[in-house]
Amino acid sequence: MQKLGDFKLPQFFNYPPYFTLQPVKDTREKQMQLWKELILDYCRTQKIFIIEPEKEFPLFSNPAIERSLSHEAREVFLSALVSEGRAEWMDKGHRKCLILWHRIQDWADLILRFVKDNGLEDSVMTIEEIRSGTESRGTELHEIDRTVLMRALKLLEHKGKLAIFKGTSADDEGVKFSV
Amino acid sequence: MAGGKWLPTAELTSSGRPVLHPGEVECSLLSSVDLDCEENPSFPLFKSGLLILTTHRLLWIPDTTGSSSASAIPLSAISHIFSTKKWIKSMFASPRVRFQVSSNAQGRVDDKGSRLTVITLVLRGKSDPDSFLAKFWEAWRGRAWESSGPSGSESGKFGPGDVGGSSAGGGLRMPVVGVSGILRKEQEMWESTDKSLQDAFQDLNALMSKAKEMVLLAEKMRQKLLSGSNNQASSANDEEMGSKEEMQDWLLSVGIASPVTKESAGALYHQQLSRQLADFVKIPLERAGGMINLIDIYCLFNRARGTELISPEDLLLACSLWGKFDVPVMLRKFDSGVMVIQNKSHSDEEVFSRIKVLVLKPDALRTGISASDAAITLGIAPAMAKEHLLTAESKGLLCRDVSPDGFRFYINLFQEINLDMVKDHGTYSAWITATFASR
Repeated sequence: MQKLGDFKLPQFFNYPPYFTLQPVKDTREKQMQLWKELILDYCRTQKIFIIEPEKEFPLFSNPAIERSLSHEAREVFLSALVSEGRAEWMDKGHRKCLILWHRIQDWADLILRFVKDNGLEDSVMTIEEIRSGTESRGTELHEIDRTVLMRALKLLEHKGKLAIFKGTSADDEGVKFSV
Repeated sequence: MAGGKWLPTAELTSSGRPVLHPGEVECSLLSSVDLDCEENPSFPLFKSGLLILTTHRLLWIPDTTGSSSASAIPLSAISHIFSTKKWIKSMFASPRVRFQVSSNAQGRVDDKGSRLTVITLVLRGKSDPDSFLAKFWEAWRGRAWESSGPSGSESGKFGPGDVGGSSAGGGLRMPVVGVSGILRKEQEMWESTDKSLQDAFQDLNALMSKAKEMVLLAEKMRQKLLSGSNNQASSANDEEMGSKEEMQDWLLSVGIASPVTKESAGALYHQQLSRQLADFVKIPLERAGGMINLIDIYCLFNRARGTELISPEDLLLACSLWGKFDVPVMLRKFDSGVMVIQNKSHSDEEVFSRIKVLVLKPDALRTGISASDAAITLGIAPAMAKEHLLTAESKGLLCRDVSPDGFRFYINLFQEINLDMVKDHGTYSAWITATFASR
């Protein structure tokens, strides 16, 4: 079985038409479905949050069969993820795409569970502590993208589960949980 | 229709064109013509049909499609053509042409009959009776049926293929013995051809009168070659056979003896051209596997017509008229704009199943197929094969792979692929076997 790092690639990754944008509607829909699932799967296991379609991305080419996705195809598949709420374009030029293998709502739930599991119901933590502290090690929150984390925290703040404090610099930003 | 009792029936092709005798040429076509016989009260009404004047016969074809009851009056049975009477009533009534034919005792038209009957043609359509009468007179006086042997009287029994064998006996009757026999024959043939050519080019009129002879000559040569190659198949070497086949092909494509022209058909031109074309395309279609490019047909058709060339617009118009007639062929336009002629019975399903067999071969599973691979298997031109592949793609049978290596087609696995599991006996697992076995 072909691998990309420690990621097991599916067998159809060696099917050349998989890398050509199919013009026929039914075929294309199924092709998009397969690509969407593969992108989310790959990003989740590799903890990749941002894909830049204009740059090299290992999943988008298969040297074994000498095929790679055209720029148009990359944009089509990523846009399909965006339209399903599983990704977001970070700029108007579509140069960066934020991949949400968990939706923001799901991330927020993960944070709440993390808080409860560690008995942090009324404590104060900095953003950096959540991302790389000892408490989060081994959980999905470890090494989480800062943008995604901030979006999830803001959602929770909106619901009154916590308050975000602004420090003197971006590093000092902190949260007070009040679950 | 009861007309068969009084008039000999004429054979029609499946697209409604008359089957002409060898050497018979159309002279004029008129629409909306009635046939009438005032002396015979039981003579049925032949109302508003298409009248075709040829060098041998007067053919009357009913307007209603589907009925095969066309009638024919051999010109040899006509004993007199009356000139039109100019009188005051004729200014208001439809023009009439009357002529006298011989018939047998029961009243049936027959050139060996002893009784005489007068038949009237009523020309209801917009036509020029005087020019028709002149042509009629000319054809009758030409006595073309006498020069082509005894076939003239037996209307409706001659197909176009009957030229060979029986009527080819123009004096060249020598036993075909061995290769030398054929060589001798061909030698004689070339000598007489040479003479014909010299005669023909004396002046243009001579060329016109030789035209029929040339067609006959070509037909004769084809028959000779055909019989020669049958008898000597074992002794003749391949090269000789090859050149003979080529020669046969050329001679075959000589053949429309009586092309529909604007002059002969007038307003009916496109309609008749359309029918003639439908008859013509049958053989090339068969060879091309049921579908042929419009451009190829244009070339073949015009070559067969010789000097009476038609324009591409006329061809297209003739093809587009097929929808109105009950003919076995149709014009088809692919999404890419390529236009082809195909048999109505030609089914995409059959082509698809052959494509499917091709793409499911282990090699094709791994590397796909190109248009030229399909062309070789299907026995058609690559451009046509590509149209078929694209159609198969649009039906979801195939999918494409565009890469620096070119444009290739694979069997469509997408609907079968599932992220989690692979079915044991599907096309996907066959593909996996073919692809990963080689690594």
